Amino acid sequence: MKYTPKQYKEISKEMTYRTNSFKNCIFAFLIGGAICTLGQALLELYKSLGLDKNIAATCVSVSLIFLSVLLTSLNIYDKIAKYAGAGTLVPITGFANAMSSAAITFKAEGYIMGVGAKMFTIAGPVIVYGISAAALYGVIYYILTLI
Amino acid sequence: MIYLKAFIVGGLFCVIGQILIDYTRLTPAKILVGYVVMGVILGGINIYQPLVDFAGCGATVPLTGFGAMLAKGTREAIQKDGALGILTGGFTASAGGIAAAVIFSLLAGLFAKEKEK
Amino acid sequence: MAIQKGKSTLILDNQPSIVASASVVGKKEGEGPCSKNFDMIIDDGYFGETTWEKAESKLQKTAVNLALKKNNLTPNDIDILFAGDLLNQCIGSVYGMRDFKIPFVGLYGACSTMAESLIMASLFIEGGFAKRTCAVTSSHFCSAERQFRFPLEYGCQRTPTAQWTATASGCAILEKHQENKPFVKAVTIGTVADYGINDVNNMGAAMMPAANDTILTFFKDTGHSPEDFDKIVTGDLSAVGSELLIESLKKEGLDISEQHRDCGLMLYDRNTQNVDAGGSGCGCSASVLCSTLLKELYEKQTKNILFIATGALMSPTSLQQGETIPGIAHLLHISI
Repeated sequence: MKYTPKQYKEISKEMTYRTNSFKNCIFAFLIGGAICTLGQALLELYKSLGLDKNIAATCVSVSLIFLSVLLTSLNIYDKIAKYAGAGTLVPITGFANAMSSAAITFKAEGYIMGVGAKMFTIAGPVIVYGISAAALYGVIYYILTLI
Repeated sequence: MIYLKAFIVGGLFCVIGQILIDYTRLTPAKILVGYVVMGVILGGINIYQPLVDFAGCGATVPLTGFGAMLAKGTREAIQKDGALGILTGGFTASAGGIAAAVIFSLLAGLFAKEKEK
Repeated sequence: MAIQKGKSTLILDNQPSIVASASVVGKKEGEGPCSKNFDMIIDDGYFGETTWEKAESKLQKTAVNLALKKNNLTPNDIDILFAGDLLNQCIGSVYGMRDFKIPFVGLYGACSTMAESLIMASLFIEGGFAKRTCAVTSSHFCSAERQFRFPLEYGCQRTPTAQWTATASGCAILEKHQENKPFVKAVTIGTVADYGINDVNNMGAAMMPAANDTILTFFKDTGHSPEDFDKIVTGDLSAVGSELLIESLKKEGLDISEQHRDCGLMLYDRNTQNVDAGGSGCGCSASVLCSTLLKELYEKQTKNILFIATGALMSPTSLQQGETIPGIAHLLHISI
C-alpha cells in the first residue's frame, strides 16, 4: 500500500461513519429517565405500604432487576436497548440484563461451567471493582476514624 | 415534582453513558465498572447523598447509586463493627440486589431460550 | 502443471472446473437482493437443532448434500474436502462433515476461507492429486455473536461500521476442466497485512490493506488490467472497506471502481436490513459466490471475474491483549 500505517489509520478514521449521537442521547435520556421514574413510583408505592425507607429502596432494586430479567427472558430487552443505548445500560437493569443474557446463552455449555460460571462474564467486573473500591474506601475511612 | 427530578437526573446519567459509547471505544463492561467506581468515590466523599436527597431514584437507580450504596454500607459497618466492616460493609449493603440478580438470572438460564436476531 | 508467476500467483494449466455449487442461507439473507439465487433458505436459525453451533454444522452439511445431489454424486465420489468456519477449532466444519467419511482438511482464514478452500480444491486437481474435490465454508450470526461479541439477548448498540455475520453456507465441487462450466484460471495467495487497525467494529478497514496487496500482486504478476474483468468481487470489505480499497488502488494507478463489487454489500440491502456496514463471515462470500456469481458465469452473463475473499485474522484473546487486527486476502480468477 502507498499509505504508512499511521496515514492509513487517519484515513480510515476519516471514512468511518459516525453515529447520530444527538439522536442516541435523546433516546438514552428518555428511556433512562423513564426507568428511574418507574423506580421512583415503585419507591413511593412501597413507602405507602409502610415499608422502611432503606427496605423500600432495596425492594425497588429487586423489582427493577426482576423486570429486566423478565424482559431479557422474553427476548425484548435487547430490542429496547437498540434504541436506548446507555439508557438501558446505566440503570441497575443493565446490570441484570448482562447477567441474565449471559446465563441464557451459556446454558448450552451446561449449568455449572455455562450458566453458573459465565453469568459473570460481563457483570462480574462490576462486583469485583465495586466491592474492591468500597473496601479501599473503607480502609481510608477506618484510618481516618483512628486519628 | 420528585418524579420530574428523578427523570431528569436519571436521564442525564444515561446521556453521559451514551456520550462515552459514541465518542470513546470503551466497552459496556468498562463503562459499567467506571460508573460503579465513580459512585463509590462520590459516595465516599459525601457528594452523592445530597444528589439522592434531591433526585431520589434518579440517583439511586443508575449504577453510580449502586457504588454510592457500597460506600455508605462500608462506612456504616465500620462505625458499627470497626475494621471488620471494611470487608463486610459492601456486600451487606448490596446483598439484596446481587442475590436478586443471581437468582433471577439462574431462573432465566433454566427457562428462557435465545431468539435469532 | 501450474506456472508460477511472480512470487504468489499461479497460472493454472489444467484449469479445473466448478461443476456444481450450492448455497444455504438464513431468513435475513433470504430476504436480501440475492434471494432468488439461493438453493435453500431456512426460516428458523436453529435449523431444528438445539444449539447455534449445531445449526451451523447442519448448514454446511446441507450445502454439501445439495451440491452433491445436483450432479447425482455421493460423498464417496469426493476425493478430498476443504472446509472452514469461524468457530474455535473449526468445529462448525468438523461436526458438519464428520458423517461424510470424505478425506477432510480443515482450514482457517476467517472470512477469506472460501477463497482459501477453493484455491486448495483447484490446486489438488491441477496437480493431479485428486479427481473430484469439494470446498465448503459457513458462518452463523448467532454462533459468531456469542463467540466474538455478546450474548444475543444482551442489550447493546451496534456501531455503524460494524458488519453483520451472515448465516450462510456455500459449497463448490470441482473436477477437471469441462466445457461450459466455470473454471479457475489463476490464483493468488495473499500475505498477512496489518496496518494497525484495532477497532473490532471496523473490520472492513482492517482487511482492506490485504485486499489491496493481493489485487496489486495479481495485476503485477499477470499483466492484466481491470478492464479484462466483468467483475472484481471482494469478499466482505463492506461499505467502509470498499470505499477505502477503491481510493487506495487509485493511488497505485489502478482504477477498479467500474468492476468492483463486494459480497458483503450484495448479500443484504443496507438501507432496509439493519446490517450497518454490510455482511461478513465465511458464509457471506461463500453463499454469494455459490449462488449469484457462479450462476452469472454459468449463464455467461459474465465471462471473467476475480473473487477476492478477505479475512480479519484476530481472536477474542488477541484483541483483549491489545493486538491489532491483521488481514488476509486470497484471489481466484474464475472464467468461462
